[in-house]
Amino acid sequence: MIAEIGHFALILALVMALAAVALPSYGVYKSDVRLMRMGDRLVLGVLLMVVVAFAALTEAFIISDFSLRVVATNSHTAKPLLYKISGVWGNHEGSLLLWALILSLFGAAIAIRGQGLPLRFRARVISVQMAIITGFLLFMLFTSNPFDRLVPAAVEGGGLNPLLQDPGLAFHPPMLYLGYVGLSVTFSFAIAALLEKEVTPQWARWVRPWTLAAWVFLTGGLALGSWWAYYELGWGGWWFWDPVENAAFMPWLAATALLHSSIVVEKRDSLKSWTILLAIIAFSFSLLGTFLVRSGVITSVHAFATDPARGIFILAFLGLVIGGSLLLFALRAPMMKGGGLFKVISREGALVLNNILLSTFAAVVLIGTLYPLLVEAFDGSQISVGPPTFNFFTAVIMSPLVVALGIGPLLAWKRGQISKVTRWLLPALVVAAVVSIVVAWQFVGASLMTLLGLGLSVFLLVAVLGELAKKLRLGQSSRRSLAERLGSIKRASWGMSLAHGGLAIIILAVTVSEAWTSEKIVAVRPADQVDIAGYSFTFDGVEPFVGANFSAVQAQFQVMDDGKFLTRMHPQARLYHDPVMPTTEAAIYPMFSGDLYATIGDQMDDGRWRARLYFKPFISGLWLGSVMMMIGGLLSLSDRRLRVASGKHAGASKTQGIAS
Amino acid sequence: MRRFLPFIIFVSLIGLFIFGLSRQNSVEVRSVLIGKPAPSFALLPLQAGGHGLTNADLSNHDVSGGKPVLINFFASWCVPCRAEHENLMILAREKGIVIYGISYRDRPRDSLAFLDELGNPFTRMVIDGQGRTAIDWGVSGVPETFLVDADGIIRYRHWGPVVGDSLEKRLWPEIEAVLAEKRP
Repeated sequence: MIAEIGHFALILALVMALAAVALPSYGVYKSDVRLMRMGDRLVLGVLLMVVVAFAALTEAFIISDFSLRVVATNSHTAKPLLYKISGVWGNHEGSLLLWALILSLFGAAIAIRGQGLPLRFRARVISVQMAIITGFLLFMLFTSNPFDRLVPAAVEGGGLNPLLQDPGLAFHPPMLYLGYVGLSVTFSFAIAALLEKEVTPQWARWVRPWTLAAWVFLTGGLALGSWWAYYELGWGGWWFWDPVENAAFMPWLAATALLHSSIVVEKRDSLKSWTILLAIIAFSFSLLGTFLVRSGVITSVHAFATDPARGIFILAFLGLVIGGSLLLFALRAPMMKGGGLFKVISREGALVLNNILLSTFAAVVLIGTLYPLLVEAFDGSQISVGPPTFNFFTAVIMSPLVVALGIGPLLAWKRGQISKVTRWLLPALVVAAVVSIVVAWQFVGASLMTLLGLGLSVFLLVAVLGELAKKLRLGQSSRRSLAERLGSIKRASWGMSLAHGGLAIIILAVTVSEAWTSEKIVAVRPADQVDIAGYSFTFDGVEPFVGANFSAVQAQFQVMDDGKFLTRMHPQARLYHDPVMPTTEAAIYPMFSGDLYATIGDQMDDGRWRARLYFKPFISGLWLGSVMMMIGGLLSLSDRRLRVASGKHAGASKTQGIAS
Repeated sequence: MRRFLPFIIFVSLIGLFIFGLSRQNSVEVRSVLIGKPAPSFALLPLQAGGHGLTNADLSNHDVSGGKPVLINFFASWCVPCRAEHENLMILAREKGIVIYGISYRDRPRDSLAFLDELGNPFTRMVIDGQGRTAIDWGVSGVPETFLVDADGIIRYRHWGPVVGDSLEKRLWPEIEAVLAEKRP
């Protein structure tokens, strides 16, 4: 019964979404205020219905209603409650419903938060947003209905992939989807602007908070994903350039570029068509990611069950949405003439360079991901593009990007001079050089990549501090106290420094952990001792361990640091029951200087146990840097200037201009 | 014209994706083992008193009778295995193909109960409890079926269950081709 309510709610949502596409658009055409306003109400109706559907599916998962196909294939009565709930979106159908839920949430957010936008413009944005949700609802209802009944009902469920039964992964998809879907708002704003034939600096100010929010979520989603890979997959890696990781990384790159290029639109009324294109591309990457995961076009560990019918549907949808918007872009591009001019050496110039490099990066990732398919299309051979290729290009592109990142914020708007910023840049250059030289001298084996990574990250870190010092006018006489000067720095500016600093920390963490990880694969008997990076591990033996839906062998290691007791670590080798699947549960002891990481394997014929022990220096910098980036984004989002811009104040003044 | 560039690039991408979708039926990764001798293994029988199986048996004409055999990785907990079982029975009973079943990561008791319930198409049943042999064979999941010729060379790998038209359209033509070689 409840499932039927959910199914019916989905159908109602579809009807309302269709109305919300048609009525406001017709209203704009007829200049009918009442029709244009209808959009706002309908969006809330769609949201309500999708919430009902989502609640119905969640209920089915919680009570393990195995008469629903999705629940029967993906859940199990013995699963802990948290994973029953995360099971709602841990499958193809449910994750689509989550997409729809978030899409309608953002739609409602536009209707409510965007009251300050000109009515015509808001009606356009809402109808585009609802067109996207219509596509998702159609997809669900016709090819992947989460409320399909299973006759006869199953007695027990098939279970959720044990690797996915993990708190980190319970929240990774919703976070990532918030990011993907957040970009749909930017997309809708871009299409609305194209339809209205006008892109103003005002427009850039309207979209900025949405882009920022999406960017923060994407950053969080990617960080959670790699954190999960790090502690769950049990081999100490955290990023694998897997097609689906790439699919999530490309929107992030595009969103990052968009964040920066929209600043130029806002400040200089320039770079307009590029920014619109980026807004389209960023969301296209999100859709592309969904397509790649679900169609089986590219094989990946993340792939959902694939079905050609679904693939064709998504492809058609993709063609319509992306193809249509790119065509619209091409037709309207001549109307977007740039206004303000600026010199190459200027803040704007640095932002343009940043955009060129970020989009090159995104293009490289795209080509790398699709290259195997391309090769197969032309000569039928199967190849794969591995991490070394991606890592190489990352280094090549990131290096100039980091340099631009260090210098850019110091340059003046419009017309900058290198000579004026050298005093703030010099410390960064000196420190980076000293660090690289000392490391090259101390660690003879250090590779060029290591030195480059260290030099760049240290340079960026000090340059970020230098930029703060410049804003604070450190070393210059000023009437105001330091506290006053600290207070005068805008939140958006703190946000920038934090985010840039976060990137520096991430690069540092990648470099240091790649270069100086100590790893030992050993076979141990109880009381055996293994030394690694100054820590000594004593193996205390194994004992059986029983979890809710798995049994495990749990090992105990006693870790001493310099003869003093530090901790006990308990890695497990688990065997899940439904479906039967062995997994490793690494034991991790995080410290600021680095993580101790232990996994236990199987027993050898002579009774010894295989174990892997690592010391990964400064790996926590990865998460620290990601969190800094997110906080930076949030700070920037909370900047008063932006809140005003998305609200009544700024919108009202411009209404006439746009509506005419 | 430059403004149409993003659109044109996208259209060619769509072309690429259509290719990707159309090749769906052969989406499985071609096994690197094809044309090579079966990797070495020695597995114990599933049932007390039964025959074990080693890679040497596969190339031994006295065991195979000079005919190709199928190696089927299965498990009682695997639902697709249940689905393909009927086709395995047809192959064994009607076509007279020798099939060796390798029970993958399963309790022997459960595997035997599974075969009791659905019928036993296997000439020999052996157990790969730890899944080591499956790893050597590059099995990505059960069920998976390999066609091995009389000389112990792996000729074809059938990825996933033999259901629907995949017996008629994919697996059987491969078997026939190998059978045909031996006739002259």
